[in-house]
Amino acid sequence: MAEVVIKGGRVIDSSGDRIADVALSLGRIDEVGPDLDTTGAEVLDASGCVVSPGFVDLHTHLREPGREEAETIETGTRAAVLGGYTAVVAMPNTEPTIDSAEVVAWITEQDALCHVACAAAITVGRRGEALAPMAELVEAGVRIFTDDGSGVQDDRLMRRAMEYATGLSGGAILAQHCEIESLAAGGHMHEGEWSSRLGIPGIPAAAEDLMVQRDLALAQLTGATVHFQHLSTATAVDLVRQAKAAGMAVTAEATTHHFTLTHAEVASYDPVFKVNPPLRTDADVAAVRAGLADGTIDAIATDHAPHTADAKEAAFDQAPPGMLGLETALALAITELVDGEGMALSEVLALLSWRPAAIAGLAPWHGGLVAVGESANLTVFDPLLHWTVDPAAGASRSRNTPYAGRTLTGKVRHTLVDGEAVVIDGQAQR
Amino acid sequence: MRHLLSIADLGTDGIEEVLALTDSFVEVSERAIPKVPALRGKTVVSLFYEDSTRTRLSFETAAKRLGADTMTFSVGTSSVKKGESVRDTVQTIEAMGVDALVVRHGSAGVPVQVARWGTSAVINAGDGWHEHPTQALLDCYTIRERLGSLEGRHIAIVGDVKHSRVARSNVAAFTALGAEVTLVAPPTLLPSTVEGWPVTVSHDFDDVVGSLDVVYLLRMQHERMSEALVPTLREYTAGYGLTVERASRMADHAIVMHPGPMNRGVEIAPEVADAPNAVILDQVANGVPVRMAVLFLLLGSGSEMFAPTERPAEPVLAEEEVVRG
Repeated sequence: MAEVVIKGGRVIDSSGDRIADVALSLGRIDEVGPDLDTTGAEVLDASGCVVSPGFVDLHTHLREPGREEAETIETGTRAAVLGGYTAVVAMPNTEPTIDSAEVVAWITEQDALCHVACAAAITVGRRGEALAPMAELVEAGVRIFTDDGSGVQDDRLMRRAMEYATGLSGGAILAQHCEIESLAAGGHMHEGEWSSRLGIPGIPAAAEDLMVQRDLALAQLTGATVHFQHLSTATAVDLVRQAKAAGMAVTAEATTHHFTLTHAEVASYDPVFKVNPPLRTDADVAAVRAGLADGTIDAIATDHAPHTADAKEAAFDQAPPGMLGLETALALAITELVDGEGMALSEVLALLSWRPAAIAGLAPWHGGLVAVGESANLTVFDPLLHWTVDPAAGASRSRNTPYAGRTLTGKVRHTLVDGEAVVIDGQAQR
Repeated sequence: MRHLLSIADLGTDGIEEVLALTDSFVEVSERAIPKVPALRGKTVVSLFYEDSTRTRLSFETAAKRLGADTMTFSVGTSSVKKGESVRDTVQTIEAMGVDALVVRHGSAGVPVQVARWGTSAVINAGDGWHEHPTQALLDCYTIRERLGSLEGRHIAIVGDVKHSRVARSNVAAFTALGAEVTLVAPPTLLPSTVEGWPVTVSHDFDDVVGSLDVVYLLRMQHERMSEALVPTLREYTAGYGLTVERASRMADHAIVMHPGPMNRGVEIAPEVADAPNAVILDQVANGVPVRMAVLFLLLGSGSEMFAPTERPAEPVLAEEEVVRG
């Protein structure tokens, strides 16, 4: 007998699209088909909704340990499940840094509403000086290595990290925040028309492009598997496109804000629009969208980066970069990519679920098929519901969403993590 | 208009209004007792996060000549040193009852943020590389005084435009009044793009100097050397300084301006700075009546602004005071 039956939804996974009920028990899918028996089961209404494998975020800043005033594992994963995520990859820029098995174990033991996979730092303390114990970290379950927030600047050290990773079991991936610091240093927004007008020091697109080029060259040299985080420039998207065409083992992500917002937003001088990499031009936004549409970019990531109201009420050039993303990602993808660009819903779900799941090494536990015997990590959402973003209504401990007051389309209704309904009718259950 | 954050807030008509009003305040400044009670009972606070004694004194003199009470909040002696945020500082000052905040900050956009957070009128007294609108207004007034009008005049803004709030405000103000503006600087000292700016750009000062009505020089800061923006000051001066030789090729009627403080011998030769066509001290002098005009436009009301201070208080003002409680 099923514990939960998801009733009347349209099931979309990587195998296709059909109307079916989904019955679950013991964290697994028992049955998929029409008019399933609901006797004794909790029924989750999915009429008018899509039932999809749960979303996987390759880029979440949970802030704990170290910056619990901005977010905790609990509040961050609550925001995640409300956004339809069943797994998130936690970035290592915590205090202490995720650069040892001990920190990975500590994070993994905390109470969370969804699965938390740790990305670990490439270098000790993310200082860019010495390699972190990568084998120990892989042993502890880490797959993605990144010094996120600051790319590894030293060419030789990055080469060594890539070389070393090729000898690790389980397919370690080197993920890079691409930014040449000597070009970007002192900049606070995209360098261009708006930075010139507003008198805010700029970060040139070349700072990103150059590091993408370097890492592609190093990946060719070493044979490492590399992943490019939050691509934001047209040139970077093109470089990744060419690398894929040449058969390299390369993947890339783009954030919701880099396909939605441009540097013109900064005209308000509101640091809620400060993010790194910065919001760029219309042409860059178009290139990111094109990259998502043609498969150059594999995943939509949030780069969910909570900051306290105090931190974001500083002068623009003194405020920390970063914006929230978990609770708005699905709606932005539907609003901007499905409604805006004419992409198919299934293509967008691939970007939110099964492709990032594969990159993170979480497939088929996450992002698998909605089929008998598969894990019950599922998201049920209404693809047509209009709603207005209210920062105060979010589950994140922080409020720094750049979409306040925007009306978006698409909202999560239920989220199931290992068969447990952690979100029912848009409400977190714990 | 509630605030003066950028020249765009004023537009051409607004600039004209300030300049017309400035004429009246120049007349007031020439009186034996150069004060009017136009802003009596109003409180103007200078909130300066960056040292600028000259701008602060100019604003405070302007406010005092209008009969306003003035207070200064400067960073060195304040709670800012103890880590108080700008927002908290603004709200604390406003709780004391304030009508206008004159804000100077090293970061672009802070006056815009202060206007969003607070309730009083905000005047931008210089924010980062962004704008310094009252400087532009006093520059426009000074040019008018000497040349009659800006319409059709050719003005070169020479030097470190990239890091200059004065340049950004002046491009907007000069062109709003019909002048043709050329930015003269090495590419490294220009903004990364001037797309959308109503200007032309030249890297050849000698090529344009003879056609100018106004040479507006910007301060060349020594720290730019360490940023590899120009190889040496000597090379900068050779290419972009207003040397005696270059100045000799200016038209007879043309004037030389500088927002101060000058680096004599770098962007301007000492002899040029002291020549009769240099109007640098006129700029300073005009700062006070221009800022009186701005303060009056933002805070003033009633028709008694030019009444001498000696006269008894007008009923209008008395009422205002009662309302203010």
